[in-house]
Amino acid sequence: MITSGLTPVITEHWDKPDLYTIEGYRRVGGYQGLATAIKMDPDAIIGQIKDSGLRGRGGAGFPTGMKWGFVPQNDGKPHYLVVNADESEPGACKDIPIMLANPHALVEGVIIASYAIRASHAFIYIRGEVPHAIRKVAYAVEQARASGLIGENILGSGFSLDVVIHSGAGAYICGEETALLDSLEGYRGQPRLKPPFPAVAGLYASPTVINNAETIANIPYIVDRGVPWFRQFGTEKSPGFKVFSISGHVVRPGIYEAPLGITMSELLDYAGGIRGGGEVKFWLPGGSSVPMLTAEHLDIPLTYEDMAAAGTMLGTGTPMLFDNTVSVVKAVTRWLDFYKHESCGKCTPCREGTYWITGVLEKFEHGRGSAAEVDTLVNLCSQIAGRSFCALGDAAATPYPAALKYFRAEFEAATSTSADAQFDPVASYVFAEAATR
Amino acid sequence: MTITSSAGSDITPQAQLVTIVVDGVAIQIPKGTLVIRAAELLGIEIPRFCDHPLLEPVAACRMCLVDIEGVPKPQPACAQVVSDGMQVRTQLTSPIARDAQEGVMEFLLLNHPLDCPVCDKGGECPLQNQAMSAGRPESRFEGEKRTFPKPINVSAQILLDRERCVSCARCTRFAEQIAGDPMLELLERGVRQQVGTAADQPFDSYFSGNTVQICPVGALTSAAYRFRSRPFDLVSVPTTCEHCASGCSLRTDHRRGTVTRRLAWDEPAVNEEWNCDKGRFAFTYQELGRVETPLIREDGQLRVASWPEALDFAARGLAAASSHGVLVGGRSTIEDAYAYARFARVALKTDNIDFRVRDSSDEEAQFLRSSVAGTAVRTTYETLEKAPVVVLIAFEPEDESPIVFLRLRKAARGGTRIYSVGAAATRGLAKMRGTLIPAKPGAEAAVLAELAEHVRVDLSTPGAVIMVGERIAGVEGGATAVLELARATGAALTWVPRRAGERGALDAGALAGLLPGGRPLTDDSARGAVAAAWGVDSLPATVGLAGTALLTAARDGAIGALITAGVELADLPDQILGRTAIEAVGFVVALENHHSAVTELADVVFPVAVVTEKSGTFINWEGRPRPFAQAFKDALVMSDAVVLGMLASAMNIVVGASDVAGIRRELGALGAWPGPRAEQPSSPAGQVVQGAYLVATWRELIDSGVMQEGEPYLAATAHAVAATVSVTTAGALGNPELVTVTGPLGSVTVSLQIGDVVDGVVCLPLNSPGCALYRDLGVRSGQAVTIEGAV
Repeated sequence: MITSGLTPVITEHWDKPDLYTIEGYRRVGGYQGLATAIKMDPDAIIGQIKDSGLRGRGGAGFPTGMKWGFVPQNDGKPHYLVVNADESEPGACKDIPIMLANPHALVEGVIIASYAIRASHAFIYIRGEVPHAIRKVAYAVEQARASGLIGENILGSGFSLDVVIHSGAGAYICGEETALLDSLEGYRGQPRLKPPFPAVAGLYASPTVINNAETIANIPYIVDRGVPWFRQFGTEKSPGFKVFSISGHVVRPGIYEAPLGITMSELLDYAGGIRGGGEVKFWLPGGSSVPMLTAEHLDIPLTYEDMAAAGTMLGTGTPMLFDNTVSVVKAVTRWLDFYKHESCGKCTPCREGTYWITGVLEKFEHGRGSAAEVDTLVNLCSQIAGRSFCALGDAAATPYPAALKYFRAEFEAATSTSADAQFDPVASYVFAEAATR
Repeated sequence: MTITSSAGSDITPQAQLVTIVVDGVAIQIPKGTLVIRAAELLGIEIPRFCDHPLLEPVAACRMCLVDIEGVPKPQPACAQVVSDGMQVRTQLTSPIARDAQEGVMEFLLLNHPLDCPVCDKGGECPLQNQAMSAGRPESRFEGEKRTFPKPINVSAQILLDRERCVSCARCTRFAEQIAGDPMLELLERGVRQQVGTAADQPFDSYFSGNTVQICPVGALTSAAYRFRSRPFDLVSVPTTCEHCASGCSLRTDHRRGTVTRRLAWDEPAVNEEWNCDKGRFAFTYQELGRVETPLIREDGQLRVASWPEALDFAARGLAAASSHGVLVGGRSTIEDAYAYARFARVALKTDNIDFRVRDSSDEEAQFLRSSVAGTAVRTTYETLEKAPVVVLIAFEPEDESPIVFLRLRKAARGGTRIYSVGAAATRGLAKMRGTLIPAKPGAEAAVLAELAEHVRVDLSTPGAVIMVGERIAGVEGGATAVLELARATGAALTWVPRRAGERGALDAGALAGLLPGGRPLTDDSARGAVAAAWGVDSLPATVGLAGTALLTAARDGAIGALITAGVELADLPDQILGRTAIEAVGFVVALENHHSAVTELADVVFPVAVVTEKSGTFINWEGRPRPFAQAFKDALVMSDAVVLGMLASAMNIVVGASDVAGIRRELGALGAWPGPRAEQPSSPAGQVVQGAYLVATWRELIDSGVMQEGEPYLAATAHAVAATVSVTTAGALGNPELVTVTGPLGSVTVSLQIGDVVDGVVCLPLNSPGCALYRDLGVRSGQAVTIEGAV
């Protein structure tokens, strides 16, 4: 089991300038997975993905093969594959680079996945703010279509597929899979009541599989190189590799593809450590929606199970690291402001709770919090978590209790001292002079 | 009267039951039930806002969170389906549920203004009530509340105070799921989420008022009621709507002798919990232009008279005449209509009586006598909902019986196929997912005779229904063709009149040739039985005059005295005939609640009660009695039946009971007629009129009707008046913006609108502002007009 070192697979050939073209992609072995898959029985592909143990890379880590297996077969209804490329999580930047650098891996994955679940229409829902990524994927789809890999009777198999690219309009909630479906259908993006689950009644009330873009980009490699190859990476419960996007106060922020099970400290070494030889104050393994950790957690393996045991989640696998110049009060306030802005408004706890909490946190940021409110906020978060309609509310209720667990003193100090007085904001800037820090 | 229950005719199979435990109490309930409903059955009330039993669950407000064993998070009871063995603990037994509900309530009140003292909902507000029962005593929120400019109009009638809204989405779901008018939608997100409309598309739904009623806070109010009263100052009375034959249960709220508002009341078998905006808002007419005292004509002028003087004057006038007629408008209760039917035969010894003061025909009269009068309840709202197929003929439900429309829409959502035989595929038909069977006005009978085979096959399915509107009277051979279609296919046939009193008047025998309970006048034993019941030796044995024949006879001087009741001359297609007929009658006695064209011509006018001042019964289109109580208990205005009783006394004639209870006893004793019925009509299908453009027309729900007077906000939500034609017809006219439509009496200029209309036909509203066809053009449905582009 390989759980350390860098293991570029999806990112292996990102240094080749024409990888985004079908020719460039083919030159490095692209579309061989499809050639293999199209000769297989669709159920065998589902079985293969189940065996690989691939888990969703969008945040929840749900086993992909199992999700595909939920789609009822021979039900007489059209099936749909929907790719969630609405990457909007604060701190996450992995799907967009994949689409920019290696769009054909996504397209190939879409074709194989559609074939496996018997979908003749696939939709790629891409965040609207990244037109350059949309253009790259659109170009890849057009090239694949021109090469007969999308369209009627693909590679003489009798299987036909159309792929539609849809641009989001700037709502975080549309990354929630059922809200994404509403948005795709032309409605206002708000999460749907479940059941029915998308596997039974999703897009246009038909069985639908919704997968994250990175998850789908994994598929061609698994089909091409096999389950044993895939499972040599990672752990038993978290097999495979992961495109980690590292951001924050590190020397070399960016994309690092490594096996699951690698530790944050090893990844941090690759990223050149904290700037100026500084120390990690707090870090989040997978976007703002997962509870934060501190320097003492840097050696815990980055797997779904180990992160859960540490009281957090692997999430999108996009670590954000903050050094000692950062006010945790300010960071939490920014995140809550984001959730308040992005709360869709459907359910009461998230809609009203984010509004309330953000207002209180803004007082703290300006040194006007009260001691009683330090605990009131914990209670408010508990009124949102598990009581809101979808995971957005749960996410919004996450940053504050986690921050309080490690940095209670900072919040208590914020009853009289503003965040800026506690921590010079200029020092936290990425471009701050070493002297200021 | 002939109402019998259909109970026992069909037996519903027992649904599969599951057992669940709520707060320690077990209950067996059908599979698929929601937890919140199961709890209700046990008398456990779980607080809720977005939940509404007639709307699809949305689980948005989270107020109904309960604790379910084995489920880690509290679950919304409004969306959770029961499963066998489920253990549910509500706020009554679970600290988790209680805490979750208190938390949600605190959140809901965060941005809700504390303006209860000036809010219309205060005192009957689910938020207020549940804040008391399920909320914390005090809020911990110290921040600033979100505000919006207040209020905004989502239609002329409906106002929205956005800061009061709790985003429960009841109104938007009602608009989309029930009314099919999805002009209301939630906009924006987070705490800025708000209900709104598109800039150029107000919420002009015929059913918009229901959103005010189901709003669980004071966010939606009506212009008519806003700031008019506090709910706890009102006296509420269950009543029945007098506007159409749907038969809605209403609640009438009044204060100091004035009706302040009307609400849809819960009647699952009829209107469920909905009503239309006309039924809700059109009640101001009741107080306007009332006849307040008896009037008698002296030296050509009407003057105030005492009751004894006026009764004596009327009795002498009636006695002096050698021939009589009675016109009962379609708005009477069955008790009043019965009083007229009895008075005509017993006191005036005439059979010249008709309740159809509108477009009518002899064929229609034969159809009603033979196939409708006094028949048992067969087709109901419930049958419609379960029907596989419904065919509508000369009937536009959204305008002519809006609750039938709502039920048909519900049926269509459940899979019922709906066809409409008519000249236009209207928006109402589209909302019922219906298919148009095109027929030029006047060609309906011919089209029915040659109906496509697949429709005939559809109609032969058990449970299929044919609904025919009162406009069939204007179609030559129409009723004959409809009866033939029903006979050939075995489909149930039901007649849907437009006015609330028509079916009751028919059952009461207020039509020439017909005695109460569907008894043919010409049947000796039927006539004998009625004569015995009425305590007279004999009744007129030959069928009298009705409809146009009665009016023509009057015009020609053959009617010496006429009694009119609730007659609106403008409802007659031939307005000249109507007016000259009344003028030609020697002695006219009018029993009216409002001054009208008839009271202007009458020799005696008696004031009679409006619906709030009497009790009575409307028989709705199903044949279902819809009794109502007197709203104003101390009203001194007498009902038609009481006045007729006094008039009979003044004529020294005994006519029997004139109080509601007594009349109901008499009707009940007579019961339904089991014997042979009057003969069915057999008229040949009429010819379509020759002409470039034929008129197709009906009365829109909100129009110039006299019972909508005094409600400007309602009037402002009426559909725009336009001439609707097909693309081809519009092209032939040169696609002008405005057209002038001309008939024998004159012309109207209206805007031209393109729709799915049969070529060569122009759809015009029958009686809307700026377009009253009988009066302005002198045409009825199926007649030819000329159309020209107007500048």
